[in-house]
Amino acid sequence: MPRVSVEVDGVEYDDDVEPRLLLAHYLRDRLGKVGTPIGCDTSNCGACTVLLSTGRRASGTTSVSVKSCSVLAVQADGKSVTTIEGLSDGQELHPMQQAFHEEHALQCGYCTPGMIMAAIDLLRENPNPSEEEVREGLEGNLCRCTGYQNIVRAVRRAAGDMRSPAEEGVTS
Amino acid sequence: MTAAPEIGSARRRTEDARLITGRTNWTDNIQLPGLLHVAFLRSPVSHARITGVDVSGARERPGVVAVFTGADLADEQGSLPCAWPVTEDMVLPDHPPVAVNEVRYVGEPVAVVVARDRYAAADALEAIDIDYEPLPAVTDMEEAIKEGADLVHSDKGTNTSYEWIYEAGDLDAAFRDAPVVIERRYVQQRLIPTAMEPRAVVCSAVGDDYTLWSSTQIPHILRLMLATVTGIPEHRLRVIAPDVGGGFGSKLQVYGEEVVCLLLAKRLGRPVKWTESRSEGNMAVHHGRGQIQRLSLAADSDGRIRGLKVDLLADMGAYLMLVTPGIPILGAFMFNGIYKMDAYSFKCAGVFTTKTPTDAYRGAGRPEATYGIERMMDELAAELSLDPLEVRRRNWITHDEFPYDTVSGLTYDSGNYEAATDKATELFEYDKLRAEQADRRDRGDPVQLGIGVSTFTEMCGLAPSRVLGSLSYGAGGWEHASVRVLPSGKIEVVTGSSAHGQGHETAWAQIAADRLGVPFEDVRVLHGDTSISPRGMDTYGSRSLAVGGVALYNACEKVIDKARRMAAHLLEADEQDIEFAGGSFSVRGVPEQARTLQEVSLAVFGAHDLPEGFEPSLDSDATHDPDNFSFPHGTHLCAAEVDTETGFVKLRTYVAVDDVGSVVNPLIVEGQVHGGLAQGIAQALYEEAVYDAEGNLTTTTMADYLVPSAGDLPTFTTDRTETPATTNPLGVKGVGEAGTIASTPAVVNAIVDALRPYGVTDVPMPCTPERVWQAVRGGTAERSTQPGAGGGLGSAGGEA
Ligand code: FES
Ligand code: FES
Repeated sequence: MPRVSVEVDGVEYDDDVEPRLLLAHYLRDRLGKVGTPIGCDTSNCGACTVLLSTGRRASGTTSVSVKSCSVLAVQADGKSVTTIEGLSDGQELHPMQQAFHEEHALQCGYCTPGMIMAAIDLLRENPNPSEEEVREGLEGNLCRCTGYQNIVRAVRRAAGDMRSPAEEGVTS
Repeated sequence: MTAAPEIGSARRRTEDARLITGRTNWTDNIQLPGLLHVAFLRSPVSHARITGVDVSGARERPGVVAVFTGADLADEQGSLPCAWPVTEDMVLPDHPPVAVNEVRYVGEPVAVVVARDRYAAADALEAIDIDYEPLPAVTDMEEAIKEGADLVHSDKGTNTSYEWIYEAGDLDAAFRDAPVVIERRYVQQRLIPTAMEPRAVVCSAVGDDYTLWSSTQIPHILRLMLATVTGIPEHRLRVIAPDVGGGFGSKLQVYGEEVVCLLLAKRLGRPVKWTESRSEGNMAVHHGRGQIQRLSLAADSDGRIRGLKVDLLADMGAYLMLVTPGIPILGAFMFNGIYKMDAYSFKCAGVFTTKTPTDAYRGAGRPEATYGIERMMDELAAELSLDPLEVRRRNWITHDEFPYDTVSGLTYDSGNYEAATDKATELFEYDKLRAEQADRRDRGDPVQLGIGVSTFTEMCGLAPSRVLGSLSYGAGGWEHASVRVLPSGKIEVVTGSSAHGQGHETAWAQIAADRLGVPFEDVRVLHGDTSISPRGMDTYGSRSLAVGGVALYNACEKVIDKARRMAAHLLEADEQDIEFAGGSFSVRGVPEQARTLQEVSLAVFGAHDLPEGFEPSLDSDATHDPDNFSFPHGTHLCAAEVDTETGFVKLRTYVAVDDVGSVVNPLIVEGQVHGGLAQGIAQALYEEAVYDAEGNLTTTTMADYLVPSAGDLPTFTTDRTETPATTNPLGVKGVGEAGTIASTPAVVNAIVDALRPYGVTDVPMPCTPERVWQAVRGGTAERSTQPGAGGGLGSAGGEA
């Protein structure tokens, strides 16, 4: 069995895994990182979205959102994964989490971990998205409860909160 | 101290804390020592006799612990319950959780594997051999009810499960010589509810005691039903609904998988877990809607309705599940909508097909009815060249006519359709959009503008037990709550209602905080576990607040009554002289003589000095059984741009003004409206469970069944009018389904309105670009697509 060495939410793991094991199942069933749920089997819903570093996990590589049900655990070898559980330090919420709470951007919350991770990645690429851009950017993440309106609001609010005042000065 | 009232405030939700940090407790998260994993083999064919089963290969697969067929489970698995025998002679077929002799829909379980992990269980399914002898698929309801049709259940001799009839007034007289008669045939396509959390079940057996966790809306009903089906005594069975990721009716069910997991835990003496895949769920979670409606409406030449005749075929699917037969019957009370009429008839036949069983889906019978009447009102307006709002005005119940006894036998307690409509038209800029529409028509703009109206009401707050009894429903409609006053004065609220996204933990705390005069933070709300909340009727039918919230209100009053007596004792005053406000009991006229609820609670806990015969507890229990349904209403207006060259529909403006009575938390109410709108719009534009002529479901994955994403939906403008319900002390009505009920006809009315100059009188749902385009080309005189080509049951429409 191949071996993976992966950092998840700041903790190192080394495991033997079946080659076909999905990252989503590795996180949930092997590591107990059940904060990342699974909503489909065709990579359509985005519930399982996590951030994965683009290169070896040295500092300096960027993390992009991936659907962890469409990535094999072995593909995460040598990389670092951030899940919803690793987003806040336990004291303070990430601005995106805070914005989802403030704007009532969740009901059942099943889509929420994936939605928050995808939204963070969206702002990495576009720190000041229009409503239209948020709607397009989140097309890979389905929510059955909210009708998306408050999610869009939350993402734009978080965008405002995350831009530094200096940048704000430049863009406005 | 007078804090700002909690009821009515836009509290951010308490439950968010775990949901936004990944600390949620979904059923699939649950791990138990020695846990085994379950997988179901499902029928790949619509209808067949099982002639051979060989599971020996699967038993030998690595990691496999056991394999069972329907025959292996036959002595214990029983038949899945139907709690709503709508007529005395209703045909109710046996429904074994795992098929034994015959399969009747694609996705029906035929065998079950238990293995050490989920991959091993899934692998072993491939090693099971089943021989099927094909039987005819029954997919078309209009064919299925004919003499000599192929049968779903051959031993029953018919595909008609029941016929249910309601009649009021003299319909013949209403239609005789009526200046206007409109006849239409509408199809409510089948929908797949698609809660984002797939179903999951975990079950453990320890000695004679069982605990079953399930992603369910109905832990209490499930417990009773599982006990009944399996013979496991009710008091030995604990059912827990942990965090549940949406339901929309689909988890208002007693599923075969739940029964089987219980039996497996019992047989194997080890805990088991089953989690469905989405593709499995699309086949095996009950579907919603599925109706063919034939409607006739008679009116005077000024547009006043004389009578309405409704003739329904309702698709039951292959079996009757928990409330399958009753769903279309709920529509019987809603086809008349907000309108006055003297004559009405409703006839519904429940029809078996070889498809997934249907049951409740957000709105459950009321969206279908509302669609029917709201589409008909637009047709009537078009026939008379009246504005659709004007024709409604001429027929609706005016605000000074409440309470109003409707032709379908309900009493609407309150409402103000004029106010909601005025507000909606103003927000929508109705006249301006009508002007733009006229302009585009004049210019022959290829992109036409349509305006869709839906002035709806619905019945919710299910339900007065006596009414349910008169409809032969198997249970009552009450709800339970208890309040525990802890020694420190903190409050635990227990509700029998079972939230799965609605925000009970926040809203119930707001109610208790207000009534008891304690800080919001001092209240914790518990639910969803039959050991913690022993009594309840659970969550569906927009009933939680209107029934369960009122039960809580009553429980709080009981606490106050008890505490008042104790306070009087402590203050050495007469009980009649004790006033309660802001969490404090004081002697009338001597405000400095006071005890807080907290102080009273501590004194009761100490129990050193109690009034004569006072038991040392302030806790209370209350059950509320409503006298009447509640009737939210509203006016929804939709502006759609319809590209007549491509058939593409763009929703430009959507205004929803809802009257859900008094509001406990406006943030939650708005969220419910948004989500409801999304689902109703999805029925109008995107979603359909499509079966081919052989009965194969072709929309098994999320890639085929198109749940809308953020880019597919517009930004909604929502607002409210507030006409309190007169039937409960909170004045609340319920909001869970209103958006879904109202929006589907608003959207389709907009599309048809845009295309009226092209002679279009209907576009069958979902109004895909292809169907819209075809409607523009040929009106709607013909079926727009063939079944199987994404068309399903096309509406013939335009038959007047
Ligand atoms: S679980 Fe649906 S995209 Fe991964
Ligand atoms: S909040 Fe329930 S699916 Fe998004």
